[in-house]
Amino acid sequence: MSTALATRPTQVALVGSPNAGKTSLFNALTGIRAKTANYPGVTVSRREAPIEVDGRPMVIADLPGTYGLEPISPDEAVVADALRGRIDGIDAPDALIVVADATSLERSLFLVAEVLDLGMPTCLVLTMIDEVATRGGHVDTDHLAAALGIPVVGIVGHRGIGLDQVHRLLADIDAWSAPVIGPPAEPEARAAWVDSVARSAAGPLRPDERTRRVDAVLLHKVWGVVVFVVVMLVFFQAIFTLAAPVVDLLGNWVTSASEFARSHLPGLLGGFVADAVIGGVGAVIAFIPQIAILFFILGLLERVGYLARAALLADRLMGRFGLEGRSFVSMLSSFACAVPGIMSTRGIPNERQRIATMMAAPLMTCSARLPVFTLLIGAFVPNRSVLGPLHTQGLVLFGLYALGAVSGLAYAAVVSRFALAGPTAPFLMELPPYRWPTAKAVALHMWEGVWSFLRKAGTIILAATVVLWAMTTLPRATHDVGATPEQRAAHQIEQSAAGRLGKAVEPVFAPLGFDWRTNVAVIGSLAAREVFVSTLAVTTASDERALPERLQTLRHADGRPVYDAPTVAALLVFFVYALQCLSTVAVLHRESNSWKWPALAMGSMFALAYGAALVAHTIVGAIT
Amino acid sequence: MKLSEVPIGAGAVIRHVALGDAGEGRRLREVGFVPGTTVVVERRAPMGDPTVYQVRATRFALRRAGADLVDVDQVERPQP
Repeated sequence: MSTALATRPTQVALVGSPNAGKTSLFNALTGIRAKTANYPGVTVSRREAPIEVDGRPMVIADLPGTYGLEPISPDEAVVADALRGRIDGIDAPDALIVVADATSLERSLFLVAEVLDLGMPTCLVLTMIDEVATRGGHVDTDHLAAALGIPVVGIVGHRGIGLDQVHRLLADIDAWSAPVIGPPAEPEARAAWVDSVARSAAGPLRPDERTRRVDAVLLHKVWGVVVFVVVMLVFFQAIFTLAAPVVDLLGNWVTSASEFARSHLPGLLGGFVADAVIGGVGAVIAFIPQIAILFFILGLLERVGYLARAALLADRLMGRFGLEGRSFVSMLSSFACAVPGIMSTRGIPNERQRIATMMAAPLMTCSARLPVFTLLIGAFVPNRSVLGPLHTQGLVLFGLYALGAVSGLAYAAVVSRFALAGPTAPFLMELPPYRWPTAKAVALHMWEGVWSFLRKAGTIILAATVVLWAMTTLPRATHDVGATPEQRAAHQIEQSAAGRLGKAVEPVFAPLGFDWRTNVAVIGSLAAREVFVSTLAVTTASDERALPERLQTLRHADGRPVYDAPTVAALLVFFVYALQCLSTVAVLHRESNSWKWPALAMGSMFALAYGAALVAHTIVGAIT
Repeated sequence: MKLSEVPIGAGAVIRHVALGDAGEGRRLREVGFVPGTTVVVERRAPMGDPTVYQVRATRFALRRAGADLVDVDQVERPQP
């Protein structure tokens, strides 16, 4: 080996189909040193980590899971391009490790054949060899190595069995070679090659009876649907309710820290540290419990094998809207919060459905809209019984949820149909055998979700909070105006940049009935929708407890109520549609690896919000 | 006949895999849907689509549109 090559770490890429155990092997080889980044221009992420084998530096890259190297859609081209060194700024690998599930050896050999066609130094790592044994089969790795012309080892990745062999292979990486005679090119001859190689090196497996029996229930026409609904309800409840007390606790700590800073630092500096810095950190960590729970449950369901079954059950329904089965889980998570919902789209294999799902996620009614809806419905919708326990207030709230869900699915269909034209890979989903995951694998999955959120979106959310604080605080009012602290605060925010902006855009929002006080609260709610309530309390010189009554009695100078029925209806509908959340925009940017999609989402959802609010204002104005 | 028309529980031997408009058929060939291969139709999702097929000891779910690309001869279910 030349000295020029020795100065640069040897690049080794892991290639394999989804579920082959590639990630387990990657984690076992590298620990948690992995760096995650996106490939340029696509939503597919790339993980790599430096390791050292016998003093020799190497970089192990975990390529996205793939069933083949002939790309159909642009996002699939990433693996083929990365292997051939055709991606700017990313070196071509020096050697390849094909990771294949030993329990479906034949299928894996088709991918092996395509990798061998590349003519690069290659080895094959067979995973799940313990399952082969329990199902009465065997794999002769020496025989397989002779048949393929490359080194072969068998491992049980998540239990660390056989890893020493992989390390030994890596230490001997210069001896890897491309086979002299590759597999035949013509499809039928290749299939015959696959069958003969598999038959010569491995014995037949007994059918996986456990998986068959479990599937008989979980994919059953009735019981399968019942289990699906129960699992999804538990999943949703967990994100919604398990996270809440932790979020409250963290919120209390943040509030205490803010108050401490405010009381120990002078004036504006105290406000900056308390509200912008500590408040911004608080805004970021408020998402962590939900994201941790989401990634824990998704990691568990994925590794057990249920996620593929759930996707199978929901696929028909989601397919009608240009989505696929796995979109269901993301949409459901988005009812708690669009941030984890958008992050969960990583599991959707096709870019088209992935983008369409993340674009529709913000229209699902998230928990941050609830305080806004509760305030307005509580203050302005008379609570009459309609039919037994059904009350008008509940019906209005349900109607808003339904409006969001239906609009979200329609929006996804439009995005998928018009904004994402182009070829898509076919729906092809492997149903892996049911397996017990290890706690370590699930914990690592959860950690990666939380860490990538903090690193990728945390800084943007923090910056947005600081900017919004500055807008609602600066410039300072020159005189204190007003008799009470509430009136002085209202005067202060009126003089701020947000206050001036709120007044400047009054003509735009006048058709919806919003005055400057509402506009400022709408601007403030970009930090998080529930901030609408606290900001409105400031602009109306009230406090949160007295706010409903204050809103009911607030009058314009000419005596007309500020919040009449058409305005309230417009405001409710506006919040159903508007992408009034910069955290969502930040995550959308990070997960789509572009500004195009978040910009399109913000623009189109604002237009939808304005249009729908105008319709609501007109209709309610006509009937009241 | 098309693979999508084979009833549940039956087997089929693949005659031909069409490429499809965007070359979707290539992906099917890449995972082993190749002429001469036996496919077992295992079960349909409760809503009627997709369908689970077993090919070379691996189980795949395909939507009807994907299974329509595969031309087959129906056979008795092979004994495992």
